[in-house]
Amino acid sequence: MALIRGLFLGLALLGLAQAPAVAQQKFITVASTTSTEQSGLFKHMLPVFEKKTGIQVRVVAQGTGQALDMGRRGDADVVFVHDKVAEEKFVADGFGVQRFEVMYNDFVLVGPKADPAKIAGTKDIVAGYQKIAAAKAPFASRGDKSGTHAAELRLWRVAGIDPQTGKGGWYRETGSGMGPTLNTASSMNAYAFTDRGTWLSFKNRGDLVIVVEGDQQLFNQYGIMLVNPARHTHVKKEMGQTFVDWVVSAEGQKAIADYKIGADQLFFPNAKR
Amino acid sequence: MLPLELDRLSFSVGSTPIIEDISVRIEAGPRTIILGPNGAGKSVLMRLCHGLLQPTAGRIVWHGLRNGDPRRHQAMVFQRPVMLRRSALANVVYGLALAGKSRRASELRAMDVLEVVGLAQHAGRPARVLSGGEQQRLALARAWALGPDVLFLDEPTANLDPASTQDIENIIQAIHASGTKIIMTTHNLGQARRLGDEVLFINKGLLMEQAPIERFFREPASAEAGAFIKGELPWH
Amino acid sequence: MTSLWEAFAAAWALIAGFDATLAQIVGLSLQVSLSAVLIATCFGLPLGAAIAVERFAGRQALIVLLNALMGLPPVVVGLLVYLLLSRAGPLGSLGILFTPTAMVIAQTLLIVPIIAALSRQTLEDAWREYDEQLRSLGARRLNAAMTLIWDTRFSLLTILLAGFGRAAAEVGAVMIVGGNIDGVTRVMTTTIALETSKGDLPLALGLGIVLIGLVLLLNTAAALLRELAQRRYG
Repeated sequence: MALIRGLFLGLALLGLAQAPAVAQQKFITVASTTSTEQSGLFKHMLPVFEKKTGIQVRVVAQGTGQALDMGRRGDADVVFVHDKVAEEKFVADGFGVQRFEVMYNDFVLVGPKADPAKIAGTKDIVAGYQKIAAAKAPFASRGDKSGTHAAELRLWRVAGIDPQTGKGGWYRETGSGMGPTLNTASSMNAYAFTDRGTWLSFKNRGDLVIVVEGDQQLFNQYGIMLVNPARHTHVKKEMGQTFVDWVVSAEGQKAIADYKIGADQLFFPNAKR
Repeated sequence: MLPLELDRLSFSVGSTPIIEDISVRIEAGPRTIILGPNGAGKSVLMRLCHGLLQPTAGRIVWHGLRNGDPRRHQAMVFQRPVMLRRSALANVVYGLALAGKSRRASELRAMDVLEVVGLAQHAGRPARVLSGGEQQRLALARAWALGPDVLFLDEPTANLDPASTQDIENIIQAIHASGTKIIMTTHNLGQARRLGDEVLFINKGLLMEQAPIERFFREPASAEAGAFIKGELPWH
Repeated sequence: MTSLWEAFAAAWALIAGFDATLAQIVGLSLQVSLSAVLIATCFGLPLGAAIAVERFAGRQALIVLLNALMGLPPVVVGLLVYLLLSRAGPLGSLGILFTPTAMVIAQTLLIVPIIAALSRQTLEDAWREYDEQLRSLGARRLNAAMTLIWDTRFSLLTILLAGFGRAAAEVGAVMIVGGNIDGVTRVMTTTIALETSKGDLPLALGLGIVLIGLVLLLNTAAALLRELAQRRYG
């Protein structure tokens, strides 16, 4: 008897656990990146959208690679990431409906104040990379196939260096998100490639400062797309599209531009509508 | 359900024989005491009779059993009674409920037997906080409440002080007087004389003799029994 | 040293200024982990009891397996549940990925072996003591198992607490199947992971102290209950 009672109680509680999900039925799931979530942008802009439409936006923040994979599996309604090449492939493969450009921020190279590669204050990211490799100065890479990681690798290729040769030596892959990678860089006084948003909201900087910024090649474009309802029928087409439309609308773009940490604007809207 | 007949009963663990080829007939009425030195197999014999162990050879026959499960008509009290983690009353009710009695009938019956063993005022107390003597009295009450035809007692007073032993012996007499067949093992020769009508003397798994108590103590049939009575314990 | 002090200060500030967000996160943590413990008990306890009192072929192997499963990495369980509940997975149509329900399922899987294996040990020890007495009184297996569970209830409570501790402390599984969605599936451990990756180590550690405090509180309550019961029931 006690057993049966316990079982029912358990099932009731399981129902209870689901209660928040049932109570808020109007919601969409957005697969996005750690950079947008951790910089605090979503906390700033989503309430504006939710207030206007009554649609709750649930953000699962991962690396761009994982976020796109979530979209491919049909576990998200909208994907909001920053790796143009991968995004275009995502749409071309039929997983996304149409890609819209939303905003950009920029990447920066951070490094220890001691600056063993002697590159502080320069603007040329490629030259900076070459000096780091030449000095065999420690460099912490995310190594997680995220958008930031992809951008970092692209620049190594431009610089004509295969960082894998330094693997285990000066080149360290953390295999984790931006935050953990910055934690690692901070503790071992390594250089690291990061988006400005995460850097500005990052607290455990230790001796790290920005060493290279302002290069055209550090431009970081974000795109947004609805997951293809033709491929995954359960995708919340209308609500998802409402969100996409709002993000690229004048109102959404203003919400992005308004977000600042201190005096710094983190993201620069550039939707082509 | 008596008489009880053991027919060439044997029990061994692996290749070690514990009980060897015992045949005996135990009648209704007289109180039967199983005597023998440590390790003779007394407790095992009792567990075989009670059905807690299965014989490796031979048969146990209850000649008077009219219907059903022989276990329903017998009860056993162990040397160390296991008290359930609940009240004294609930311990007695537990056995009655298993026997299929209604809750109300069980509680009435349980209070009756607790009264008889002198634990009525402790009915609501947790069984495990009772003293050793009280716990053994409770174990007797729990067994007696079932109204068994046969009550097995395995060294029921081995761990008790003289006063508690006296209480237990009085209760055993009362149970006997109520018509329940008593079969018990003991180390205590004085207790055997006080409580026994007949003796089964066991040594090294063998039944040495079955005799009325008077004759057993006056003229034991075997040298081992004689030595056991004199307390010479040659097997130690 | 300074960051440790900062952590304690942060923990204190969190508790003193108990804000709605933190309350919601703590509440969800408790709700998810307690649900998981309850459901895991419904499966784990009968399983443990059955193994304790029954003798069957492969029993020893099952015990070894359960003991091994106690060390199941949460991330693996999380991944397994994720693949099951993902829209592309066999249970995708339920649509419960990234909900507290998914987290309850993952934690339940994680602690069923703990509750089954530990209760098996406790009940088997008790069974050794009770076996003959219960059979003498005419108890069948099911009766005996229920009696053992009732009589060892205070030891079993400790086992449930161990299960709760494991559930409340793990981060790998709930992160994957819950997605750490703000206000929906964000629990204490995923918040700690998030704050750590934001580099706000004092806040992360502060949250950790709050979590430990909660678990400590629960364990203290259980220990007191047990102590009281021991004195009362012997």
